[in-house]
Amino acid sequence: MTAYLSLRNIVKSYDGRVNAVDNVSIDIAKGEFLTFLGPSGSGKTTTLMMIAGFEAPSAGAIELEGEDLTRRKPYERNIGVVFQNYALFPHMTVERNVAFPLRMRRFPRNREAARVREILDLVGLGPFAGKHPRELSGGQQQRVALARGLVFNPDVLLLDEPLGALDKSLREQMQVELKRIQREVGITTVYVTHDQTEAMTMSDRIAVFSHGKLEQVAPPLDVYHRPRTRFVGEFIGDSNIFAGTVDESQPGCVTLEALGPMRVDVEAWRRVGKGAVDVLVRPERVQLAAPGAEPALLNRLVMEIGVIVNYGDSVLLIGSARGQRLRMRIAGAQPDAIREGATVIVGWRPGDEHLIARS
Amino acid sequence: MAGGLSPAAALPTEVRTRAARRRSPAVWLLLGPPSLVLTLLFMLPIGLVLVTSITDPRMSLAHYQRIFTVPLYTHVMLNTFVTSLVVTALCLVLGYPVAYVMARRSDWVSTLLLTIVAMSFWTGFLVRTYAWLVILGSKGPVTGAYQALGLGPAPQLLFTSFASTLGMTHILLPYMILALFAVMKKIEPDQLKAAASLGARPRAAFAAVFLPLSLPGVVNGSLLVFVSCLGFFVTPILLGTPRDMMISQLINQQIEELLAWGFASAVAVILLIATGLILVVYNRFAGLDRLWG
Repeated sequence: MTAYLSLRNIVKSYDGRVNAVDNVSIDIAKGEFLTFLGPSGSGKTTTLMMIAGFEAPSAGAIELEGEDLTRRKPYERNIGVVFQNYALFPHMTVERNVAFPLRMRRFPRNREAARVREILDLVGLGPFAGKHPRELSGGQQQRVALARGLVFNPDVLLLDEPLGALDKSLREQMQVELKRIQREVGITTVYVTHDQTEAMTMSDRIAVFSHGKLEQVAPPLDVYHRPRTRFVGEFIGDSNIFAGTVDESQPGCVTLEALGPMRVDVEAWRRVGKGAVDVLVRPERVQLAAPGAEPALLNRLVMEIGVIVNYGDSVLLIGSARGQRLRMRIAGAQPDAIREGATVIVGWRPGDEHLIARS
Repeated sequence: MAGGLSPAAALPTEVRTRAARRRSPAVWLLLGPPSLVLTLLFMLPIGLVLVTSITDPRMSLAHYQRIFTVPLYTHVMLNTFVTSLVVTALCLVLGYPVAYVMARRSDWVSTLLLTIVAMSFWTGFLVRTYAWLVILGSKGPVTGAYQALGLGPAPQLLFTSFASTLGMTHILLPYMILALFAVMKKIEPDQLKAAASLGARPRAAFAAVFLPLSLPGVVNGSLLVFVSCLGFFVTPILLGTPRDMMISQLINQQIEELLAWGFASAVAVILLIATGLILVVYNRFAGLDRLWG
């Protein structure tokens, strides 16, 4: 991958002791949709603000096509920003809001109206050009902010939790819409969110932040199935994580605390080598081992069902096995044998797990 | 003088209409005492002034005619108007940057400025007027500085319209600053960040975004200062000169020195009408405020 936008060893410290952003390096490809995902206070927004130029890094460099942007003022960068609260100018109409960056950049006046119309049509707001922001719904204001951030053909588009203020159904609709527009324009996009669903559905790659550090940068499914750290495994999706040790004498064997020996993928076992590991098993990979079930279900446990949470399309069982917390998800309707307080035999196949070496 | 105006100007019209819609006996009971007080202490005296202005010493509109035809009196009215305009402009020019810094910074600088403005606000205007008497007086620091620098005799500062304009500006400045600050504080910092990211240099961002959004504060503050200035009395009396009289000085003079109750009342009515007109205009303007909210 050739880097278009590069963050090189970015550090941000406000007090000189704690690093709000700690040595973050990412290469972003042209046209890529990259999401910064992490809990609040993980440094993702601060990093975004440094790309925009609102904050100066304490150390490190930001480069665009090999050109150093680090010391440039926000108005000297060609970067569009969509704020969480939209930050539309309330005293201007939709049209004037969108024309604002064109005027500031001395875009030819005779082509201004056409360009504004073009971008408003792209976000589906053509008929609202003459309205003021306060006359629009949250979703419409969001689109205006997007149009305003795109109209001047910026090199990069930054979005800071842009869907945070919208209700759930509108949020899902806007996710699809945002992704469509991003693809259509083909703009390099950095998107900040703490919502993992948003990150999973929209991104080409996800950068997971925790305590100012980058935990992992990878495509959504990699982040989900092959988290690099225990934090990523826990933060994204539902998970069972068991602590264990690699059994060096038997290929493909790991000894779990309390649960005992467990069969894992031999390749993964070899890669980890030795020492302490965290074994991640996603709840949907855990299956019921009914009598006569498939023999491949090598790892079996007796599970006491504590709570049943019915989602309609699936059922989540929360229980325990030998004192260890265990979660499993069954797709479809709930089988008859499953009641709260019942005991069932469950299991998973070697290879359904993911090994995370503990540093 | 100045203190009475701000709550009236700030009273939202929605509150009044909503209360009026739900008329129940309890509401009348609550409205009774204040209505009585208003009628006895406010409406009645004003009515009396109105009546006096056209009946004393006999039934005629002669007083009003005199106000608008005798050059001395037109001069007083023009002077009042111009002085109020100058004071308002000075307060705006001096107050805007202070309010801007107060609103844009969120650290100790903002706190310090707010404390200074509030202290000035709470110090009685009489005290502040007397302070100017000392500062500008013949034994004051200004005269002293002139002599120390060997610039010859200091110019006459006290008892000039310069002194009274200075004093009024000083006294009304906190009102302007607080009116501006209240509006500026509500302008989201993200608005200016957005402007910057969209390519606006600081000066352009200020002109295109901050300034228009702060205009309701400019209107509020200017109205407050201008209207207060129209009826200003103590400061022009103590610091100014009788040659450049303000309206309230004229009223005072007519009553105290000439016992011309009828004429004084007519002048007071003119002042009242002028103030009322400005408030009506403001009511139109206040719509702007809500438009941008």
